[in-house]
Amino acid sequence: MKLITAIIPPDRLDHVREALIQADITRITVSRVTGHGRQEDIEYYRGQKIAPNLIPKVRLDIAVNEEFVDTTIDTIIAAARHGGGTIGDGKIFVTPLEQCIRIRTNERGGSAI
Amino acid sequence: MGKRLRASLLAVLAVMMAHNSGWAAGTATTDTGTTSWMLTSTALVLLMVPGLAMFYGGLVRTKNVLGTMMHSFAAMVIIGVIWPTVGYALSFGPNILGGLVGWDSNYFMLQGIDEAIMESHIPEYVFAMFQGKFAIITPALIAGAFAERVNFKGYLLFIALWSIVVYTPICHWVWAADGFLFNLGPKGAIDFAGGTVVHISSGVTALVAALYLGARRGYPRNVMHPSNLVMTLMGAGLLWVGWFGFNAGSAIASDLATARALTVTQMAAAAGAFTWMIIEIVHHGKATSLGVASGILAGLVAITPAAGVVPPYGAFALGAIAALICYLAILLKSRLGYDDSLDAFGIHGVGGIVGALFLTFFIRPSWMAEAAEAAGGVWTVWQQLGVQLTAVGVTVVFAAAVSLVLLVIVEKTVGLRIGESDEMSGLDHSMHGEQGYGLINPN
Repeated sequence: MKLITAIIPPDRLDHVREALIQADITRITVSRVTGHGRQEDIEYYRGQKIAPNLIPKVRLDIAVNEEFVDTTIDTIIAAARHGGGTIGDGKIFVTPLEQCIRIRTNERGGSAI
Repeated sequence: MGKRLRASLLAVLAVMMAHNSGWAAGTATTDTGTTSWMLTSTALVLLMVPGLAMFYGGLVRTKNVLGTMMHSFAAMVIIGVIWPTVGYALSFGPNILGGLVGWDSNYFMLQGIDEAIMESHIPEYVFAMFQGKFAIITPALIAGAFAERVNFKGYLLFIALWSIVVYTPICHWVWAADGFLFNLGPKGAIDFAGGTVVHISSGVTALVAALYLGARRGYPRNVMHPSNLVMTLMGAGLLWVGWFGFNAGSAIASDLATARALTVTQMAAAAGAFTWMIIEIVHHGKATSLGVASGILAGLVAITPAAGVVPPYGAFALGAIAALICYLAILLKSRLGYDDSLDAFGIHGVGGIVGALFLTFFIRPSWMAEAAEAAGGVWTVWQQLGVQLTAVGVTVVFAAAVSLVLLVIVEKTVGLRIGESDEMSGLDHSMHGEQGYGLINPN
């Protein structure tokens, strides 16, 4: 089991979410986060271009069984990229997942995902 | 080429402005009481536009909140420019083109009314600005039907064209002294504060636009939760408050008629909300906040054409009937599956038609007596219903037909429906490069 954590641009959330659903990966957790990256976020505030320090992003947490790891990663990359890829498209972290428990049934391991 | 075009435009402007001579102020004097109330009303009606922005903004998804609020604010900007330039002249000038619209070159840029005091004892500036606020809120109402899926530039072009070729003609027919609906029957078609001009015209256009542009991506399969019902309720509250200017100001007076309009406005809003709340409790077991807001609006919309002619019991009846029929209309919408996203037609179109027609059965007897006298003996409720039906029918057909043409023109030139990817990203990002709820993040 792996925990896939993806940091993606907020405007690509629906693209990624729908692509994941198409790929049969439907169990995801989404949160709004902010952070530093290489990207300078250009926005307009009263006509002035500004570059804020902390950039809003969306974080996806997806627990998957081994056979779904590559599909999940490829799907996120394809849907989160702007065009051929620009700075700010985000990152994906893959970490080993020690245990997964479904609270309702107390099931453990791969079948609980 | 560009220079010549500019020169000829300037010449046209010069001709239009050269009518100042011979335009003297009338003999009427200003009444400070009336003027004060009309100034207040003017401000109250403008307050409804940010109210509407909040109402609509709270109902869309988080990614579209700014784009949706901008639809209301853009109306303040675009119509704010168009109305004093040509809108007032087209609406309240004397008949041209066989009464299709009005035109008075003295009203161009409002330059001819600098010293004008009207017979209602208010400066004409106040009247022109008061009417201008109605012109602003009307196209903003339409935006509810195609929320979350229109191009901002296309929207700007659409409301500008719509205001000139749909709003000003209807406004002229219904409210100008020589408008044909104003003079239909012995005492005219009854539209006290904009049932046909504001609510039916915008509601019908909303329906046509929703059908022409198609549903949002994923509708009705995916649930689209409101981003912030707290903001929607505050917006509904501002609309209720602003409506006192809208209706009680429409008497263009500060007297008995004003008091009557204010009273029935309050009562219809409460009756509408009460009815909607009861229906929801019976139907679903719970009264929702959005239901209460919808009921308030249904009642307010229905009393708008009627505020000058119905006694209080009529206000209760109209508010209740409007809430019931609007509730059914929204259920029917879900059945039919078209995406009038924020129920611009369901509330304003349907509520406006209900008010304009059903008011006939509650007109106070003194009004009917005056109508009978003007008609030379007899004037029945059914005859007045015929007049009301004509006004509603003309408005529906005209607004629907002309709006469809405008929608096609805008869609084929600038583009009105946004692309799929932009729609998924949300209007805030794709149209404005901003985000509405950014403060939620530590930034």
